[in-house]
Amino acid sequence: MRWIRDHLVLLLGLLVLAYTFIPIAVVVLMSFNSPANRLVYQFNSFTLHNWLNPCEDPSMCHALGRSMEIGLLATLGATILGTLAAFALVRHDFAGRSASNLLIFLPMAAPEIVLGSSLLALFVATGFSGQLGFWTILVAHIMFCLSFVVVTVRARLAGMDDDLEQAAMDLYATPGQTFWRITFPLVFPGILGAALLSFSLSFDDFIITNLNAGNTTTFPMYVWGVAQRGVPMQVNVVGTVMFLISIAIVLGAEFRSRQRARGLARSTTVTETASHLPARSAA
Amino acid sequence: MSDVRRRGAIGYLLLIPAALWLVLFFVIPFYSLLATSLFDPSGSDFRGYTMTYEWSNYWHALQDYWQPLVRALAYGAAATLLCLLLGYVLAYAIAFRSGRWKNLLLVLVIAPFFTSFLVRTLAWKLILADDGFVVNSLQFLHLLGPDGRLLATPVAVIAGLTYNFLPFMVLPLFASLDKIDPRLIEASSDLYANPFVGFFKVTWPLSLPGVVSGTLLTFIPAAGDFINVQLLGSPNQRMVGSVIQSLFTNANDYPAAAALSMILMVLIVGMVLAYVRRAGTEELL
Repeated sequence: MRWIRDHLVLLLGLLVLAYTFIPIAVVVLMSFNSPANRLVYQFNSFTLHNWLNPCEDPSMCHALGRSMEIGLLATLGATILGTLAAFALVRHDFAGRSASNLLIFLPMAAPEIVLGSSLLALFVATGFSGQLGFWTILVAHIMFCLSFVVVTVRARLAGMDDDLEQAAMDLYATPGQTFWRITFPLVFPGILGAALLSFSLSFDDFIITNLNAGNTTTFPMYVWGVAQRGVPMQVNVVGTVMFLISIAIVLGAEFRSRQRARGLARSTTVTETASHLPARSAA
Repeated sequence: MSDVRRRGAIGYLLLIPAALWLVLFFVIPFYSLLATSLFDPSGSDFRGYTMTYEWSNYWHALQDYWQPLVRALAYGAAATLLCLLLGYVLAYAIAFRSGRWKNLLLVLVIAPFFTSFLVRTLAWKLILADDGFVVNSLQFLHLLGPDGRLLATPVAVIAGLTYNFLPFMVLPLFASLDKIDPRLIEASSDLYANPFVGFFKVTWPLSLPGVVSGTLLTFIPAAGDFINVQLLGSPNQRMVGSVIQSLFTNANDYPAAAALSMILMVLIVGMVLAYVRRAGTEELL
């Protein structure tokens, strides 16, 4: 009893955490389900069929491929544009800085339905309504991922000491050498994090995509479409795989930063305390 | 910190590509939306619209759709409040009670949300289904009548919204709770404050920036969402997002859809400004 009282907050917290995993458990379970019929979702019997035949409905895999293509291109575009802008905002001084900050903040603050409908309004007004599809989705995704990239990279840059760069300059490194050998490697984890975030935002977006997609179907749009007439169990396979990949990436990053912290402690023979410092890796 | 900010043209060159993108595909579309909301409502995608400064579009949109609009704000607010409650417990536990498991728990908070939004919401549909475990248990406990159901009720919609936007609340809350020096809380108990007084006088005020940004990050997308309503609710729970979406894609009534979109935006911005001013963290924007 006493133990429970002492750990009440932690227990409640873990309970909330467990609640966030309930639907994941259902998704994993359903990925092994052989349903009685397409419209009944109860667990019927165990099968590996869904995992062995992921593309039974070719249109699902087609939509998945579309989402990957768009996700990768949107990530590339948003990461490049966003990283450049983050450098400008942290390292350079110019008129209109606060206006630029506002411009970058606003897309994150607007509801998606407003972002999506305003883009559609533009495409219609400029006569692009017939060409809605791959390119209009891509343009929209770069737009809404951009702000998240700037914010993520900016945080990393702002938290960075510029002593190392100063030292490099003192040792007669050219600005180019300083950038590529000191600054860029230090900012890189931030850029990588921003890219992962962009990809998952783009891959998962439904509201903006649906308004600007024309006849192109992405994975979320496919799921939306089949939600009314019976979802193939393979959708749960995709959900499970997405979950596993993201867990692997985040745990991998965590493991690396721990390893690095330990290596650092050993090489500098700092006391043990250094290796116990929490590794500050923003997911 | 880099206190050596360089002046000059390079800053502009680095910023211009991103700024141009946002101007072209965020600012100009917004003007386009405003213009569309004032078009002649009798036009169509094929015949074309004409700019008529039809302010009555707004009046009609409000008259026809005030219910989904109010419902969106109400459901969004309810979900935000629930997120705050659940999210605070979780963020507090991770920040102060998790010891060396802190990073792992943070990872676990985000992990479920990398699985597709739609797939997760469909899973909730299964969990809350009429003959499902949850409904049966509630019926057994007489918390729900024999014909009572969860699916297609406001409860299911708000539950779905709460679930889907929880991480938007937990992460900012954690960020500001994690910055609090535990010695301040110890000091309050040294000064004979009981844990509750200590919480309300020390921890809660210091976590306010996280509460404000978490509330905004949850409320804004929740009020505009229509996926949860569509999958977990019924037409009786229709929120404004679904109306805008169907006016654009099915009815092709662009002026009404644009007017409704503008109204939603103005309402949200208004509420956000009022909230931020009241909560007293203006520097957030």
